[in-house]
Amino acid sequence: MAVTRSPFVDRLSGWGIYVIGVVPAVASFWLGATGGLGADPVRSFEQTLGLWALRFLILTLAVTPLRELAGVNLLRFRRALGLLAFWYAAMHFTVYLTLDRGLLWDTIIPDIVRRPFITLGFAALMLLVPLAVTSNRLSIRRLGKNWRRLHKLIYVAATLAVLHYLLATKVLDPTQVVHIGLVALLLGYRLVRGFVRRPARRAA
Amino acid sequence: MPAYRPPPIPASEITPRSIYLRRREFMGLIAGAGLMLAKPSRADTLKTVPGPYKVDEPLTPREDVTTYNNFYEFGTDKADPSRHSGDFKPRPWTITVDGLVAKPQTFDVDKLIAELPIEDRVYRMRCVEAWSMVIPWNGFPLKALLDKVEPLGSAKFVAFETVVRPKEMPGQAGYFQPMPWPYVEGLRLDEAMHPLAILAVGLYGETLPNQNGAPIRLVVPWKYGFKGIKSIVRISLVETQPPNAWNSLQGSEYGFYANVNPEVDHPRWSQATERRIGESGFFGSGRRPTLMFNGYAEEVASLYAGMDLKANY
Repeated sequence: MAVTRSPFVDRLSGWGIYVIGVVPAVASFWLGATGGLGADPVRSFEQTLGLWALRFLILTLAVTPLRELAGVNLLRFRRALGLLAFWYAAMHFTVYLTLDRGLLWDTIIPDIVRRPFITLGFAALMLLVPLAVTSNRLSIRRLGKNWRRLHKLIYVAATLAVLHYLLATKVLDPTQVVHIGLVALLLGYRLVRGFVRRPARRAA
Repeated sequence: MPAYRPPPIPASEITPRSIYLRRREFMGLIAGAGLMLAKPSRADTLKTVPGPYKVDEPLTPREDVTTYNNFYEFGTDKADPSRHSGDFKPRPWTITVDGLVAKPQTFDVDKLIAELPIEDRVYRMRCVEAWSMVIPWNGFPLKALLDKVEPLGSAKFVAFETVVRPKEMPGQAGYFQPMPWPYVEGLRLDEAMHPLAILAVGLYGETLPNQNGAPIRLVVPWKYGFKGIKSIVRISLVETQPPNAWNSLQGSEYGFYANVNPEVDHPRWSQATERRIGESGFFGSGRRPTLMFNGYAEEVASLYAGMDLKANY
């Protein structure tokens, strides 16, 4: 299959995607700092960062099914999408520690340890750390087969992130339903594909 | 250049002296009509008297009090109630008080407002979601209304019910409905008779905006905000503990009493601290310790003497 490459897409897959990717964070921060985020700007900013972390996780997870089912190859964006998910999760956590909890460690640490809602979110972020650290070419070469194995952790991280999101509210709202549904769909695809492929391989 | 000449005025356009002398009369009439029209409008000024309780802390700006609301009848987002309550008609409004009482009655809310002294009550408001405000309510003690119907000796609890109007409340219509309607709440009779418990009909000296529970809502400042049922149409005196909406939906997380208590955490988050809305803007966390009974322990702790507050959350 002949692949036509446009310089525009090349640039986008380079630094362009990061520039676009930070827009929601910068916009939300600007609105918050200038009084445009309503009565509780901290919560709004914190939630925006968390939601975008999940959105970038969803986009990262969508790359493979899109290639296999629709023939759309976005593989060269995947590293940036994954890293954006990590950075948004890290910013989300930073805002939680500072603007939200005011660095009151004697109340923050018990919450991280004891409250499943916080623990799950924290665990998801921790799982993304090794993935972000090994997202360079050198690591891919060094780790070989283990790199793929290691990066399957994203499935666990996405599951924890979704549970964290689910537990964050008092009732299920439509935004949650959409995002959690997408994660379920994308993870479900991996499960189904595994079952479908194995017998096919044995037959061959 | 020709000099300017005013155009001639036809005699038919000249107002007769007998009429223009009645100018003030006419203005008075218009102003009167304006006042009559203005009566059912959204923000009517209330005539109030100073009340016995006033928190000495900075007030949460009116803008925040009226745009950051949990009122799921208008949607689950905090901004939904202020955005989607424009079609709601809080006037005329009646409230039925019945059940175990000697004189069950239906009251017109505007008549109640005219008849009872409307007090200023500056209260802390602590949401179960760990944020808080300081709100200048205007209202009257719930006891004043209950006394009118003369509760019987067998009455032990008070049950409250919110209006159901899917055509005016978009959260009650459509496919996505977060909880069953009507929203219901309850208090023990002694809690309801406590002087801190009020029925609010206004805030910041004006009638309640729709998003804050117009035209009449409960305010029990020592309890989490969800106890403050809004847009009440019915109050019933009953013998056994009535259901309350959040408890029915998720009993392990929301109790009947729902007293503010920094030592009893919500199963999913801590209640030890809270963030005061509008206090420190974006760059200070505004986080402060939550007070027992939301700072009203002196007034209400005796209501729960000997009770296990961890079991009766």
